[in-house]
Amino acid sequence: MNRPLRKVAVAALLMFVALLVNANLVQVVQADKLAHDTRNSRLIYDQYSHLRGPIVVAGQPVAKSIATSDTLKYLRVYPQGPLYAPITGYYSLTYKYSGIEASANDLLAGTSSNLFVKRLSDYFTGREIQGGAVVLTINPRAQKAAYDALTSHHYRGAVVAIQPSTGAILALVSTPSYDPSRVSTHDTAANTKAWNAYLHDPDMPMLDRAISQTYPPGSTFKVVTTAAALSTGSYTPDTVIPAPDKLTFSDGKPIGNFAGETCSPSGKMTLRDALRLSCNTAYGGLGVRIGSDRIVSQAEAFGVGRALSIPLPTAISRVPRETAAPFAAQEAIGQHDDAVTPLQMAMVAAGIANGGEVMRPYLIAQERAPDSSVLSQATPHALSRAVSATVARELTSMMETVVTAGTGTAAQIPGVVVAGKTGTAQHGGASPYAWFICFAPAANPSVAIAVVVENTTPHDTGGIVAAPIARAVMEAVLGK
Amino acid sequence: MSVATIAPSFGRWRGTEFALIVFAVVLTLTAYAATGLAHNKHLPTDMVTYGLGLVALFGLAHLVVRRFAPYADPLLLPIAAALNGLGLVLIWRLDLATADKARAAHHAVPRGAAPLQLVWMCVGVALFVAVLVFVRDHRRLQSYSYTAMLVGLALLVLPAVLPASHSEVNGARIWIRFGAFSFQPGEVAKILLEIFFAGYLVRHRDLLRLAGRRVWRMDLPRARDLGPLLLAWGVSLLVLLRESDLGSSLLFFGIFLVMLYIATERGSWLLLGLMLFVVGSLIAYATIGHVHDRVTAWLDPFNNHIYNKPIGSSYQLDQGLFGMGTGGITGTGLGLGRPNLVPFANTDFIMASIGEELGLVGVMGILTCYLLFVGRGLRAAIGARDGFGKLLAAGLAFSFALQVFVQVGGVTRLIPLTGLTLPFLSYGGSSLVTNWVLLALLLRISDAGRRPQTPPAPTPDENATVVVRP
Repeated sequence: MNRPLRKVAVAALLMFVALLVNANLVQVVQADKLAHDTRNSRLIYDQYSHLRGPIVVAGQPVAKSIATSDTLKYLRVYPQGPLYAPITGYYSLTYKYSGIEASANDLLAGTSSNLFVKRLSDYFTGREIQGGAVVLTINPRAQKAAYDALTSHHYRGAVVAIQPSTGAILALVSTPSYDPSRVSTHDTAANTKAWNAYLHDPDMPMLDRAISQTYPPGSTFKVVTTAAALSTGSYTPDTVIPAPDKLTFSDGKPIGNFAGETCSPSGKMTLRDALRLSCNTAYGGLGVRIGSDRIVSQAEAFGVGRALSIPLPTAISRVPRETAAPFAAQEAIGQHDDAVTPLQMAMVAAGIANGGEVMRPYLIAQERAPDSSVLSQATPHALSRAVSATVARELTSMMETVVTAGTGTAAQIPGVVVAGKTGTAQHGGASPYAWFICFAPAANPSVAIAVVVENTTPHDTGGIVAAPIARAVMEAVLGK
Repeated sequence: MSVATIAPSFGRWRGTEFALIVFAVVLTLTAYAATGLAHNKHLPTDMVTYGLGLVALFGLAHLVVRRFAPYADPLLLPIAAALNGLGLVLIWRLDLATADKARAAHHAVPRGAAPLQLVWMCVGVALFVAVLVFVRDHRRLQSYSYTAMLVGLALLVLPAVLPASHSEVNGARIWIRFGAFSFQPGEVAKILLEIFFAGYLVRHRDLLRLAGRRVWRMDLPRARDLGPLLLAWGVSLLVLLRESDLGSSLLFFGIFLVMLYIATERGSWLLLGLMLFVVGSLIAYATIGHVHDRVTAWLDPFNNHIYNKPIGSSYQLDQGLFGMGTGGITGTGLGLGRPNLVPFANTDFIMASIGEELGLVGVMGILTCYLLFVGRGLRAAIGARDGFGKLLAAGLAFSFALQVFVQVGGVTRLIPLTGLTLPFLSYGGSSLVTNWVLLALLLRISDAGRRPQTPPAPTPDENATVVVRP
């Protein structure tokens, strides 16, 4: 019986070889895929088992982890939850993570390659792995001023403030906001309850209006049209252009002025006055004359059409090419299919403020190791040259008159020259979107701002609703 | 019967056995210390007592072998000791996780499984001792063949005929339960039926071997001799249909088939048996929802639809695989992973726990231990001087191999998942005690095969163990 016994022994050996080979397949070949399956809750437990790094604004954490006594060792809390929610995002057991929590997860969790050496020494010394800190570019006073200005009127809207010379984002606010702490608890039922409440809220508090939502820019876009016109070389701020009461087309809808007003009794006006008074018919005609191609190219030079990562992902702003005159005219005044984010309009203001060069916007100033040593420091990068320095100067002077004697007087700050542009964008709804973009001090700008408010009344304008909010933010930055 | 023309004589190697047992205890204590350090940040306070206890327990087993089976294979007992010791640490480690979870939820901490397993380990060693002391010659078991069959079959089918309240635990109807007492009769039945198969086949092997017709290079048995094979097939199908016990059914039929093949030395039996197996599998797949579920979960385990099914989902399989994937090559380290996320981590899925915390290295180490155990068991079969001993040892060793294959293969998704325990490692009294008895029988047969037939001439060189006689 030994002959079949030996065959059985070989069979048994083959069975074990199959097991060994298969174990290698599971634990080596497929290991990574298995370990990172979203249904593998070990990932979450691991994430919660060591100290996640904080997100810091001016030395104060706006997101931090605190030790708990339950099975997940650390709880993520957001001391000023709604104020910073559009930036920090949440870090949830139930809904993963968003915002900077997602974008900078590797560093915050301590798994970033930047922290490799540190991790290695932790491993050998038995110290617990710790995450690094993210230091934001945010100016807390500007952030607070913008948030308070929006929420005190129960506005649905957004504010983005940028340092023109660097692209550093000084404020990024979206209201109404939500409290990330409430979806980041260790009680999944409570998370779900809070999440659903936010999700079904008609005001959409979890929508980051500053970067994820696009709006028609309305008259603020006239700045872009002006930039295109000045850049042709055929126009100066003092060029006189037609400004009829009504701009009519043989093949489309006519364009009138806000509230049916007359821009100029003579039917023509300088470019400067057209911007100062935000004359739709003048700009509609200008748009048709310089053409959609130039306007679109100019918009793209300010950043339209680009997917930006700040490092939060942002919605792409779009200004499509139009061939028909009525649409080109609408496009020139920021209507029709123009759709831009508040961040994009802040970049337009910042580009002009910075002598025509648009800097790449960013939110992270520094990445720090758990021991507070600096791992990386943000360096400003130019995104594009939007206009020449000369055109930028001309635009600045024109925008100054908007604030001194035009539609944007509500943005005046005593002792500071402010350059701005109002916008009141129609979008089919009863009340328009109120816009204001600006920068100050005009001679040497330290802040450029875009404000949008959704829920205005039918007679509200950007100058009435949005300009005062922008002023509050400028004052906060300038220390006024 | 093939009589060995070369009758080797072996040294006793008992010193080696003891040294390996000490190594097994050191291995267990190292694992125990690592778990304690990882979980409690200090060494377990009972390290010394625990270590001494293990040395005493395995030392006793060793002394009994030294006295009652002095020529037995020296590797088998240390391997069993190492596996059992490691299994105990893993079960304790999973107890710690259960306790943590209960504490976090402010529930009462449930009684741990490890102390109970330790009791069963002692019972197992006691039975091991009893078998070696009372069964001095394994050939005596042959006369109990039919008794073994009756008791074995009764145990195997008892859960199927008992009311569910006395046989069902967690959906599997493989238990006998009376009050606090419960055990899995299938485990015990396994050994009894192997004794019967060995006795029966030795007696009838010539008939099964020689009668028959030759059809195209294949000696087919006569139709009337097919009875036992068909009976075994029928019983295993019954077990499957009534008890939903895929594992025991497969194990039972596999053992019978392999023992039949070894006894008759005829491949045709194997072929017939495999055909019956395929037919049985198809019937089971088509008619039993439980089997169907296992197969679909095996084929497409990561499909969300199958993963989220309320019954028969791939959840458990996937969680085990996620754990092993997370463990990777070196594992998270004992006490540092989360093997408790897998349901039944300390019984059916203990291999997933090993894969997660000890990594591929640990899994390969454990599998190598099993392979060595099976190899030494089959070596005992080859060395056995009587047909009954040969068949019994082969049956015991192969059943062990098949059980490991079906078990680990199921957990690592080589084959569909069945419900079997992993010998010496899994939590569970019936299984552990049975495997200690299995070990004792293997040592008994090994001892008989390696015992010198005439008193050996004293050799000056201890290592020159093989004496070739003409």
